[in-house]
Amino acid sequence: MAKLITASQFADPDAAYVALVEARRGLDEQAAAALDARLALILANHIGDIEVLKEAIALAKNP
Amino acid sequence: MSSSTAQAVTRSTPIWRSADHRVTSDRYRFAYRRASDQDARAVARRPVVVVGAGPVGLATSIDLALRGVAVVLIDDADRIGEGSRGICWSKRTLEICDRLGVGESLVAQGVTWKIGKLFHGDDLVFSFDLLPEDGHKMPAFINLQQYYLEKALVERADAIDAVDLRWKNRLVGLRQHNDHVLLTIDTPDGPYSLEADWLIAADGARSSTRDLLGLNFSGVTFEDKFLIADIRMAADLPTERRFWFDPPFHAGQSALMHRQPDNVWRIDLQLGPDADVAEEQKPERVTARLKRMLGERPFELEWISVYRFNCRRLDRFIHGRVIFVGDAAHQVSPFGARGANSGIQDAENLAWKLALVLKGEASEGLIGSYETERIQAADENITHSTRSTDFIAPHSAAERALRNAVLALAPKAEFARRMINSGRLSVATVYESSLSTADESPFGGSARLGAPLPDCPIRNADGSAGYLLENLGDGFTMLTFKNGAPPPIAPEGVARLSVGVDIDDPDGAVARRLDATPGAVCLLRPDHHLCARWRSYDRGKIGAARDRANGRNLGIA
Repeated sequence: MAKLITASQFADPDAAYVALVEARRGLDEQAAAALDARLALILANHIGDIEVLKEAIALAKNP
Repeated sequence: MSSSTAQAVTRSTPIWRSADHRVTSDRYRFAYRRASDQDARAVARRPVVVVGAGPVGLATSIDLALRGVAVVLIDDADRIGEGSRGICWSKRTLEICDRLGVGESLVAQGVTWKIGKLFHGDDLVFSFDLLPEDGHKMPAFINLQQYYLEKALVERADAIDAVDLRWKNRLVGLRQHNDHVLLTIDTPDGPYSLEADWLIAADGARSSTRDLLGLNFSGVTFEDKFLIADIRMAADLPTERRFWFDPPFHAGQSALMHRQPDNVWRIDLQLGPDADVAEEQKPERVTARLKRMLGERPFELEWISVYRFNCRRLDRFIHGRVIFVGDAAHQVSPFGARGANSGIQDAENLAWKLALVLKGEASEGLIGSYETERIQAADENITHSTRSTDFIAPHSAAERALRNAVLALAPKAEFARRMINSGRLSVATVYESSLSTADESPFGGSARLGAPLPDCPIRNADGSAGYLLENLGDGFTMLTFKNGAPPPIAPEGVARLSVGVDIDDPDGAVARRLDATPGAVCLLRPDHHLCARWRSYDRGKIGAARDRANGRNLGIA
């Protein structure tokens, strides 16, 4: 039974995208990849559910 | 259309004007006529002079004239029709045009659409239906070449005595005084002077009025260049907006295709920041690009232009006795159709306020509310337009990677589809304005305080079918709902429209959309924005709300 939520949860999805894109504005690809890695760890811990994390990894690897 | 007024369109400044490649000749020409002001011994004084006969200047002039204000409308050219330019006209624009007397003919002439499709590469990733609420007189959107809209408005203006439209009149000098502006206007017969109580600058992105006042914009210019081509092509393609990210025919860039009447299609191709503008406008080069997109279908080029987009506005729209509207005041990218549509909404917001002030029925403070409300709208449009342009044209490899991740996840994850942004389409602004009276009790429905009243199907007193909006007058209207008692009396200066008496609500749509219980009362501004509502009638409260919407609580701007 899937636990990962893929339905949109933001009231304003554009604002969420803008926050993510502005976080990497001015970064080169390597710096952006490092930022993404830190973000993935922070958000994974926030979710705190290994099943959800594994489902998210599977989706990211095979979109 | 003149080189300056032509900028009152859905996009921003062409990078090099001279590089605009006009394939077809000017469509409509108008004659210069000598005006009596040019022979007057003393300088004539007019209540309102509007500069720029584009869609926004024309709409402003017609609206003011219909409200009893005589307008001199000047334009430095004598023609319209250099390319289709703005093509997407929103419901709100069409409702305004309907009030001005041209809405039905525009809809009849235009292409009504509501479906949009988004492709990534070859794959359809998302399609949307604008799903307009039914029972509105006007559709969500039509596509129509800007020159057709301008022609309709010019004909309408010519039919109204109070609009004095002067072609080949170029504003070359401007001096501000306490209670008027002194203008110098150049013509084929030489210059003349004219005084105006108020000058409305509708002279587009390259506004000469703005230059004469030495005003600058604040905002951003996007580095990416875009090719706009209008082509004539007999194609049996569906009537829908099609947008591609990284299509096989235009790798690494975006593309947009949109249908117009007369078998004309708008093609918009992203070229990236390093494109050679002069090269990209050569018809043979454009033709080669389009053939990669369209295959063997035969087509003719109608209009080519290469653009770079701006998202920016003036810090203030009112400078003494000069008021800026449309692209002269603010500019956005074309993704979302927020340029010309917002300009026409500027026109409507200003016209009723200026008319009331000129007639002495409101204080000058009301004009200040034009600036407050339309800066709110401009900022909304700039925010959406900037977000769309950021998504379509990422600034760096790192930003492109995030954008491509959204596109890659979109087929499987709904949240990613919601983040795809090829333009958020223009909707009317809900004014967070001191002209509105706060609700005393909660209201549901699709109506919003500060927003235009949603249209509804109704039955007229003579039994014919009609629409709510066409029953609203040009002044303040009190909309009441029957509760068994005789219809209440409207305060002075407010017309009454009683649902259940003057019109019927056979489907219950009016009551539902306004969440109107029996005895409820709504107050509408002259621009049909909802400014107050109550569950029951209280004449004192209605009068106070009317005064508030008339700017009585505002100081002199």
